[in-house]
Amino acid sequence: MASQYSKELLLTMYRKMYLIRRFEERTDQQYKQGKIAGFCHLYIGQEAVAVGPNEAIRPDDYMLSAYRDHGQPLARGSDPGMVMAELFGRSTGYSKGKGGSMHIFDIEHHFYGGYGIVGAQIPLAAGMAFASRYRNEDRVTVCYFGDAAANQGSFHETFNMAAKWKLPVIYICENNRYGMGTAIGRVAAVPEIHKRAAAYNMRGEAVDGMDCLKMYEAVKDAAEYCRAGKGPVLLEANTYRFRGHSVVDPASYRKKEEVEEERKNDPIPKLREYTLKKKLATEAEFEAIDEEVKAQVDAAVKFADESPEPSLDELWRDTIVEPGEEDVRPRERVLGMKVKWPSYPSGQELKVTWDLEPREHAEREDKKAGLAR
Amino acid sequence: MAELMYREALNQALAEEMERDANVFLIGEEVGRYNGAFKVSLGLLDRFGSARIIDAPISELGFAGLGVGAAMVGLRPVVEMMTWNFAILAMDQIVNNAAKLRHMSGGQLRCPIVFRGPGGAGGRLSSQHSQALEANYAHFPGLKVIAPATPADAKGMLKSAIRDENPVIMFEGERLYAIKGEVPEGEHVVPIGKADVKREGKDVSIITWSRMYYFCEEAAKQLEQEGISVEILDLRTLRPLDEEAILATVRKTNRVVIVEEGWALAGVGASVVDIIQSKAFDDLDAPVVRVTGLDVNMSYAANLENATQPDAPKIIDAVKKVLYREGA
Repeated sequence: MASQYSKELLLTMYRKMYLIRRFEERTDQQYKQGKIAGFCHLYIGQEAVAVGPNEAIRPDDYMLSAYRDHGQPLARGSDPGMVMAELFGRSTGYSKGKGGSMHIFDIEHHFYGGYGIVGAQIPLAAGMAFASRYRNEDRVTVCYFGDAAANQGSFHETFNMAAKWKLPVIYICENNRYGMGTAIGRVAAVPEIHKRAAAYNMRGEAVDGMDCLKMYEAVKDAAEYCRAGKGPVLLEANTYRFRGHSVVDPASYRKKEEVEEERKNDPIPKLREYTLKKKLATEAEFEAIDEEVKAQVDAAVKFADESPEPSLDELWRDTIVEPGEEDVRPRERVLGMKVKWPSYPSGQELKVTWDLEPREHAEREDKKAGLAR
Repeated sequence: MAELMYREALNQALAEEMERDANVFLIGEEVGRYNGAFKVSLGLLDRFGSARIIDAPISELGFAGLGVGAAMVGLRPVVEMMTWNFAILAMDQIVNNAAKLRHMSGGQLRCPIVFRGPGGAGGRLSSQHSQALEANYAHFPGLKVIAPATPADAKGMLKSAIRDENPVIMFEGERLYAIKGEVPEGEHVVPIGKADVKREGKDVSIITWSRMYYFCEEAAKQLEQEGISVEILDLRTLRPLDEEAILATVRKTNRVVIVEEGWALAGVGASVVDIIQSKAFDDLDAPVVRVTGLDVNMSYAANLENATQPDAPKIIDAVKKVLYREGA
């Protein structure tokens, strides 16, 4: 049976998942050598959850995540060297070394950040989706959060508003089964997070988060639903992190057998085997990709290592926007590349035609026109 | 010039800015069909529609965060907090997100948002509804904090706040909404970061902001009859503080009283004292005296509520103390 997927799509997804895997393995190494500090949360095992969705949406759709945020920007197309430089705390990082591991931002690729407070990004995503509706754009916002964030008030408050106002936002709960060291079942009354969507009259589905193609399909479908104005979607990606909560966590709260069992589900060989089985690529082609990615990650580490620390006068920048000050375009600043920067309609150009409460608005119009109801 | 109530001045500022820029929208509890808990948004729903005047559920953290997200991608939200007491629930979004977005993104993002609402003690509402919380926000880099006292300043500063590229926290006085004052029509903009000498004097300076300004005026009038000339500096902006204006008034009168509705410990007034003692110590003829809310929670009982807050007699006592006229 022929595959419904193109060779190009499959190899792109493979390349990106492999890039994230290699990048994270090198991150782990660099952390242990003391080059990276702070809290550093690896994405190893969850690659399919970032890569499948990214290929299912448009490059100009918005995306944001939590503190486990190296995978998504790499999937979006961020420069691995600049992500690594951020982890190293160097001036060439995306946030000039001011954000670190938990705060990767790449606005050029519409990646609106990693956030260190559990669940804090959930309402931001609703606001970005609100802005799309407000400006009558058909953009969707994809927002990642972990299973533990589903117990935060921000989750419930936002879902209520997003559903009521039919905001075009896809929430992807990365259920890797542990909030730090606590198994989700120990603290959640409803550990199947997608079921909670029902409480808000919202579409909610569980997806196999260890399968890139299933994530791709689910998000493609959800994006169509959102763009059609039908409202937000909650996808629960059932996934697993092969490592601890952060680099320094030995993860002794879970059994070795459990991890070994889950490793059999590794999304990367799974996609490789699928592609080979469909005869869309050869072993040699995969090996060539592997080599290219390894070289790319080596170059990223070298770039980060050779980059200077930020100068001390950076302390006084980027806290308050001074009048007339422009926003920073990191790839332009660091690599001298011309980048496309998001621009928004000015207040004069913008016509707001959306009605948040259409029925009531109609009633008001009728009243104004002297029509009784 | 038209005489307007403080709330009408704010309403005018909102309407003018929404007219000028379609990116501006207002979200908050009861701002739409109810026309605002304190009637600041009166009539705006009919004028601008439900996509721009948005009745939010009682979810302070949720809609504060929604506003921040909208600001991240170019809209200019005004988030009304029914009172700043409720905004404590939204503090994470204001402090951890709005104030830090530009920094954490290394200058890629900006967050042009206004959080506004009434602060300070109300009329016998007890502890949870009677707090002057501005010092909390003045503490955080990345925020601007304003607290205008007069209707004219309220209009002009709200317009500035909406046009500012940074998150601005605006404290209105719950007890100020009905006070009246002359307000210039149309384009009247008061800059953020500039204090205002509301009363010229030569013997002593009182530094204050928001509702306390009116107690200071009352005290100054009474002191004038005793031959004491009082200068009143209304800070208007609490972050950034107008150091220049603070030092200028100290150098002019050499004696300072600071009047603050909130608690003394870690209050804004403490920072004003620090500026004075480190940069104008030699200009002082007496130690600075602070009049603040008492270091207790607010009571419901009328006499206890009154005793908790600064008032004109307390300010008069403080002025006499810095003039060494105690018991005089």
